[in-house]
Amino acid sequence: MQFPIYLDYSATTPVDPRVAEKMSECLTLESNFGNPASRSHMFGWKAEEAVEAARRQVADLINCDPREIVWTSGATEADNLAIKGAAHFYCKKGKHIITSKIEHKAVLDSCRQLEREGYEVTYLEPSSAGIITPEAVAAAIREDTTLVSLMHVNNEIGVINDIAAIGKVTRENNVLFHVDAAQSAGKQEIDMESMQVDLMSLTAHKIYGPKGIGALYVRRKPRVRIEPQIHGGGHERGMRSGTLATHQIVGMGEAYRLAKAEMQEENVRVLALRNRLLDGFKDMEEVYVNGDVDNRVAGNLNISFNFVEGESLMMALRNLAVSSGSACTSASLEPSYVLRAIGLNDELAHSSLRISIGRFTTEEEIDYAVEKIHEAVAKLRELSPLWDMYKDGVDLNQVKWAAH
Amino acid sequence: MAYSDKVLDHYENPRNVGKMDDKDINVGTGMVGAPACGDVMRLQIKVDENGIIEDAKFKTYGCGSAIASSSLLTEWVKGRSLEEATLIKNQDIADELGLPPVKIHCSVLAEDAIKAAIEDVRQKRKGSL
Repeated sequence: MQFPIYLDYSATTPVDPRVAEKMSECLTLESNFGNPASRSHMFGWKAEEAVEAARRQVADLINCDPREIVWTSGATEADNLAIKGAAHFYCKKGKHIITSKIEHKAVLDSCRQLEREGYEVTYLEPSSAGIITPEAVAAAIREDTTLVSLMHVNNEIGVINDIAAIGKVTRENNVLFHVDAAQSAGKQEIDMESMQVDLMSLTAHKIYGPKGIGALYVRRKPRVRIEPQIHGGGHERGMRSGTLATHQIVGMGEAYRLAKAEMQEENVRVLALRNRLLDGFKDMEEVYVNGDVDNRVAGNLNISFNFVEGESLMMALRNLAVSSGSACTSASLEPSYVLRAIGLNDELAHSSLRISIGRFTTEEEIDYAVEKIHEAVAKLRELSPLWDMYKDGVDLNQVKWAAH
Repeated sequence: MAYSDKVLDHYENPRNVGKMDDKDINVGTGMVGAPACGDVMRLQIKVDENGIIEDAKFKTYGCGSAIASSSLLTEWVKGRSLEEATLIKNQDIADELGLPPVKIHCSVLAEDAIKAAIEDVRQKRKGSL
């Protein structure tokens, strides 16, 4: 085994060697380095060909027309372009947007910016399972609503929203639907032919492609219009200017091609590993899975070990690369807003670990992780006054704590 | 986050972990912090007839720096008089452990804990200390 063991695939993934090889063919003088926008020579044509082939590969994964794919620098830019672009374009129709409290910061902060510009935003509450229901969306739609923006799969808890059902609601109400699919593309079936989604943010680096490249799906039928956020040479049909990064795009294309070919098999393998991991904690007291256990992507486990603080837990797990919803791991000193929004108390939010499994995770690594987490939790509970009190039968909610 | 060697040492080998009988008239207990804030410290001291701290124990729920701050404090207060123990400042703890600014509150919590424990034992032994 190689240490530390990488169990943070929801944060990013290593580039698949097959992807890296394709990318390396688009850099040097001897290879495909040209500017895809150069129309006057072979170098440009070859690069353009590679970019268009990649566009088809990305389109194939989500079953759409390649002309509906707009390259961006990643999902954050795609979110910005979709939300601000659509809100600005349709501002005469209305200035109300619907999103949820557990969206990625790229969505929430884009919405905040629109609020500063005079738009109104409704932030839907997720259920305790971590989902947004079509009914909740329907109830929030108003006369002046132009856009609903929701994630397909949550980055912290891995829970899956029913975007097909929500899309029906938005289409019936003549409201645009943007989906952030950064965590789902290549892991969940996405079919733009049948799903009534108008805009979708995609990224490469969560699915074994390179960082720094993503795409926005923009529906052609019925046609969706957005205002560009980056102006320049009019690339990508004017929606996103900037020279296309051939090697990045080719990498994303290959990553998506592999995902399409291997997704089903990979999901079975990854899910078996996650079940093995979860089974490993069965004999422990006061362990909680955060968000719905079954309705989540195969690779994600978000779990709280009550009475143990997340940062100290990670400190004991220095051979495991995982992440925590504890305040101490963030600059803000606030525990995870996602875990708070699904109703966790602060203690459990502070006590959470996100363990995410992927293509290169092995059974041996999972078994090692289980063993180390057992040891660490036992050690820290031995150190924890809260564990003592719990064992003595004290109800911690009745204790008057001095907040500091 | 990078931890100093001293924080790591106290975290790996915490000193004086435990619990004393808080009904004992010679035991002072200081419980500070809140689970919601991500740290709770329980510091206990046992004083002899002359007001010298003869033993100290702690348990802490919190990050590595909070655990190290309380562990270090238990080492420092042993053998000191209550008067001397009140002179320990959070900055002393922060300096000794090399805590970064974002972790200073851990040392503040430790100072609060020892003060609360001293206050508690003084209350219990009214007038005699």
